[in-house]
Amino acid sequence: MTGSNTGSTYGGSSVGAGTTHQETVGDTDVLGISPVAAEHLVTEFVEDLSVFDGIVAKARAIVLRYPDSRSALLPMLHLVQSVEGRVSQAGIQFCAAQLDLAPAEVSAVATFYTMYKRKTCGEHLVSVCTNTLCAALGGDDIYNKLGEHLGEDGKKLGHNETVGEPGAPGSVTLEHAECLAACDLGPVIQVNYEYFDNQTADSAVALVDALRAGEKPAPTRGAPLRDFRTAELELAGFWPEDEADYRASVDGPSAAVETLRGAKLAEDRGWTAKPYPAKAPLPEVEKK
Amino acid sequence: MTTPNTPSQNPTAEPTINKPAPVTPVLTKRWLSPTSWSLKTYEQLEGYSALRKALGGTPEQIVELVKASGLRGRGGAGFPAGVKWSFMPPNEDKPHYLVINADEGEPGTCKDIPLMMADPHSLIEGCVIASYAMRAHHCFIYVRGEALHCIRRLNAAVREAKAAGYLGRDILGSGFDLEIVVHAGAGAYICGEETALLDSLEGRRGQPRLKPPFPAAAGLYGAPTTINNVETIASVPFIVNGGADWFRTMGTEKSPGPKIYSISGHVTNPGQFEAPLGTTLRELLEMAGGMKDGVPLKFWTPGGSSTPMFTAEHLDVPLDFEGAAGAGSMLGTTAVMVFNETVSVPWAVMKWSQFYEHESCGKCTPCREGTYWLTGILERMLDGKGTPGDIDTLLDICDNILGRSFCALGDGAVSPITSGIKYFRDEFLALCAKNTGDQNAATASPALAGAHS
Repeated sequence: MTGSNTGSTYGGSSVGAGTTHQETVGDTDVLGISPVAAEHLVTEFVEDLSVFDGIVAKARAIVLRYPDSRSALLPMLHLVQSVEGRVSQAGIQFCAAQLDLAPAEVSAVATFYTMYKRKTCGEHLVSVCTNTLCAALGGDDIYNKLGEHLGEDGKKLGHNETVGEPGAPGSVTLEHAECLAACDLGPVIQVNYEYFDNQTADSAVALVDALRAGEKPAPTRGAPLRDFRTAELELAGFWPEDEADYRASVDGPSAAVETLRGAKLAEDRGWTAKPYPAKAPLPEVEKK
Repeated sequence: MTTPNTPSQNPTAEPTINKPAPVTPVLTKRWLSPTSWSLKTYEQLEGYSALRKALGGTPEQIVELVKASGLRGRGGAGFPAGVKWSFMPPNEDKPHYLVINADEGEPGTCKDIPLMMADPHSLIEGCVIASYAMRAHHCFIYVRGEALHCIRRLNAAVREAKAAGYLGRDILGSGFDLEIVVHAGAGAYICGEETALLDSLEGRRGQPRLKPPFPAAAGLYGAPTTINNVETIASVPFIVNGGADWFRTMGTEKSPGPKIYSISGHVTNPGQFEAPLGTTLRELLEMAGGMKDGVPLKFWTPGGSSTPMFTAEHLDVPLDFEGAAGAGSMLGTTAVMVFNETVSVPWAVMKWSQFYEHESCGKCTPCREGTYWLTGILERMLDGKGTPGDIDTLLDICDNILGRSFCALGDGAVSPITSGIKYFRDEFLALCAKNTGDQNAATASPALAGAHS
């Protein structure tokens, strides 16, 4: 494009009338007009990655699981969240360096997925399902009630907001979640991705009060409650090294009454699938 | 109008000579056992016996068996599993991959998560048999990240299976090698779409790929890949042990086998009921103790929010692939969400639309823009600012998304809206009641439709 632009494109506005856009409008003070605080407008991406020194071996172990190193990116982002409680610019650079990717490539992935948090998460992440079915059963009320209850100075705690110093004991991040695949147990809440089923507004308030007080209420399905960062470490594929802790987490409850309802009904009424035939040979196929 | 609270048919009273029982626990039969997820329990209850049998045959025999069983994909689309497997090339010029879609997130769907928690070894055993049949030596189980306890149980199952020689090198002395990697997602509904799942598994944004090429030709890392749902693969060991004819004692000619129906919402006893395909809502409601507190049924989905809703007229529709399609919906994931008369259909539809808007990956314009405008219009209508013209606008937008979006997410997004308007147009009109007197509002320029006022 040369300087022949007549400026008619924008309905006669002067924008585009000059040789270049910049000639027309002059410089903009980007920092001055930005709604985002200046410290968040990073101009030079050089972060201190020393916070991740302890997970380098783990990051390499993730890479070894896959035929292609880039497949390690999602678990690795979970891994950096286990350190910082969020995916920071430093976390992005760490993953990029480990996988020989550009930070922009990692950023593009990190911002696509809901579970990667840009703000530091509380000790606990409380996710309330507000999809249609849970909402109809009370999920919307639960979410609203928790927002009011955890809010301060008359302001509700909003989606992805944290009460308490993020990451400090007793801090809680609240979010509304899409369907958590526990519809027969709705309304459902997850804390650090462990299930708390069949909730009410009152039980949910009691749950977050306990979390705020530093307690670790037992989930209805899942491992004994730890914290958000430990959950992220598990999502990266790293499990408790102590055998007793490991067994306790694997053997955490899963068999809700609802889960077993059909199987129990069949047992009570003597219903079964037909027995296998005495012989069920594999079919013959032509040799190739 | 039928009354769902007092079902006229009592399943137990019917002749049962050749008819299967109303509930046929196969996939769910181990769930009542203590520590059903442990290898010890699994081995006591026929566990890994199907693997021994399968390894004694050839891969072609396994594919033929699964074809003969008529097993259809349990993730929603219902594609015949054996046929899908047979698309994998017979040679091994490139590595073959089996990928399990455990990204359960379709609203209402809650069958794979209890299965993976209660009986992870059945999925692992199915993975080994299916990988053997397709000559894959690397299998990935892509589990949605929020299902942490499933990921934990699956990892434990992989660990146990490996130690016992059911996984790893030279499995049970057969010479067949297989590694299974349990991979956690990170919260994106779109990754349940199989090609988006592959992109996500490759460490990218989960956005769908153009087909063809189909994954069997160019899937994970551009190599031959089959993607199957959890319930599909977990069915395979039972088919190997029982045979195709046994599997076909349940279900219908074209939709054979048992299926886990997940009944949720306004019923007395919600839960998981494994019944032969073709079971009706009337029969399921009987098992679930009828409508909660006797409040009548208003609408329900046969298989998740992406399947067009049904009403009390459809109590006797056989819930198999043909039956649900014949009545204008889809079987989907047999996620039977039941809503009673207290629930507003436009509200439910708005909530689902918000979900699709949030989960649209943004790759294609019809879905990205369409779900945004659909949600905006529905929110405005629920806010009491709608006009009757909005209903036409909604349907027009739906018409421009259905079949024109890159993947099925867009198609799913229009299902609740078009079916909701089809059966409950009056409720949408009622939202506009206070605006209908105003002719200007009712005939507002289409250019303004959808704009937030």
